Amino acid sequence: MENRPLISVEGLARRFGETGQPAIFEDVWFGIDKGEFCCLIGHSGCGKTTILNVLAGLDRPSGGAVIVDNREIDGPSLDRAVIFQGHALLPWMTVMGNIAFAVSSRWPTWDRAKVRDHAMRFIQLVGLAGAENKRPAQLSGGMKQRVGIARALSIQPKMLLMDEPFSALDALTRGMLQDEVLRICADTQQTVFMITHDVDEAILLADRIVLMTNGPGARIAEIVVNTMPKNERHRNDLHRHPQYYAIRNHLVEFLVNRSKAFDQEIAAHGYDPRRPKLVKPGLSAVNPPAEIVPLTTTGRRQ
Amino acid sequence: MLKNSLGLRAGLLSVLIFVAIVGIWQVATMPTAASGPAMDPEYAKLVGAAAAAGSKSAMPTPADIGATIWKHLADPFYVRGSNDKGIGIQLAYSLGRVLLGFGLAAVVAIPLGFLIGMSPLVYRALDPFIQILKPVSPLAWMPLALYTIKDSAISSIFVIFICSIWPMLINTAFGVGSVRKEWLNVARTLEVGPFRTAFKVILPAAAPTIMTGMRISVGIAWLVIVAAEMLVGGTGIGYFVWNEWNNLSIANIVTAILLIGLVGLLLDQGLAYLAKLVTYPE
Repeated sequence: MENRPLISVEGLARRFGETGQPAIFEDVWFGIDKGEFCCLIGHSGCGKTTILNVLAGLDRPSGGAVIVDNREIDGPSLDRAVIFQGHALLPWMTVMGNIAFAVSSRWPTWDRAKVRDHAMRFIQLVGLAGAENKRPAQLSGGMKQRVGIARALSIQPKMLLMDEPFSALDALTRGMLQDEVLRICADTQQTVFMITHDVDEAILLADRIVLMTNGPGARIAEIVVNTMPKNERHRNDLHRHPQYYAIRNHLVEFLVNRSKAFDQEIAAHGYDPRRPKLVKPGLSAVNPPAEIVPLTTTGRRQ
Repeated sequence: MLKNSLGLRAGLLSVLIFVAIVGIWQVATMPTAASGPAMDPEYAKLVGAAAAAGSKSAMPTPADIGATIWKHLADPFYVRGSNDKGIGIQLAYSLGRVLLGFGLAAVVAIPLGFLIGMSPLVYRALDPFIQILKPVSPLAWMPLALYTIKDSAISSIFVIFICSIWPMLINTAFGVGSVRKEWLNVARTLEVGPFRTAFKVILPAAAPTIMTGMRISVGIAWLVIVAAEMLVGGTGIGYFVWNEWNNLSIANIVTAILLIGLVGLLLDQGLAYLAKLVTYPE
């Protein structure tokens, strides 16, 4: 048997309405390895959120399947926690109530004290100690999203699914939360699948970046391997890293031009949807073209 | 200081309006010296000697009303025969019927509304019945109730039941049906079972809408009980009003009107308070 990654997306397709209608996306194949942080980038309307919902078990594909641990996903599971775009906290419960609701769903036999202790650990992990008795309406946007992250982590899932988790936040809060997610994921060896349309966020967080073409009929164009090592990615000096601009330019070039004209690329170069091309634009920066002179010449070379 | 002054001025204006109404009323009901036009002796007998003489209207003065209210409040719970019971007892009868009918309606409407809100099939199947029965005046059910139940007291409770069921049913169904998808998705991704989802997610999410329905229902029930008791007779504040009409005791009727209003206000405020307890800010 083929050696499958932890999550294997195989031939996924989604149509709305009758069969015969053009698919939003089709023939989507990619895998996510254990402990990997995988980002999906694409324009609105290419079905990113639908793919995430299928992974979460909240939506069903029109074709294909998602295989987790050699079993096809047929519904939501506590093994795959979702961090929703709009945080989706239950407004009549306190911060503690929201997290305890998740914890007691995961471990129904635990008594109250044990549930509270466990929930408190994750409230502290996201830096919300002291706010546990507040209602969501009393929290800022960033704090609400922290509660959402704590809720997802508290059930100790096998993987995290995040749907543009920081898009509704201001830049400062977003940066802080990105750092925290990076730290927490590194500490817990979490497998993460995240949707974003923020190129810098993807470079900062992701090990691999899956690029999706425009819908209808969207597909995986290629997968960009983030060759910047995890320990060299810091939000404040990301732009000084020698590989940064090469990767960023590649992603921006894709989003601006290639994503809408990918059919022509297929015609010219051929395309195997089952094995999207792995590209490493960062490595070309090791020997940068002569016309680009880095402002800082102290950049680390590999 | 400025903030208080609005409340103060409104209060002052209320007092002025009250004084004006009482003043106009007093002037309008003052006994007149001149004797009025000749009156049908039958009618004169009916309305009383003073009124027939033209010196005094059957309409009581504010002072009469005040005295009557005081008399009723001083001894609200007396019983002197089946047709002469204290106003407190009459109100208690009406309140008991309303709470019983309303409570039974809640027991039926809230679970049924839950079902309608959760199931598009049930919603579509029951919608024609609800749409046709909802606009029917609850009193139209009275003969049917009297014929089938053969008990006037229970019939009036049934009428209260039937009039308070609709707002609760419709609001519960609406509240349950419009629970945010993302909250339900949270429960789904946490693999929460249907009963736990119903009680921990859907019920609290829909509770403010359900409470609004209950508040509307209890208001309608309190409106309807007066009319229902006028029909069935025996006891209750509605019967009291009709009885005092037959006695042509306008002062007693006015007293009853004021007390009906007061009890209605208390019912409404009680449910408003309960609604506030389950309301959540988003």
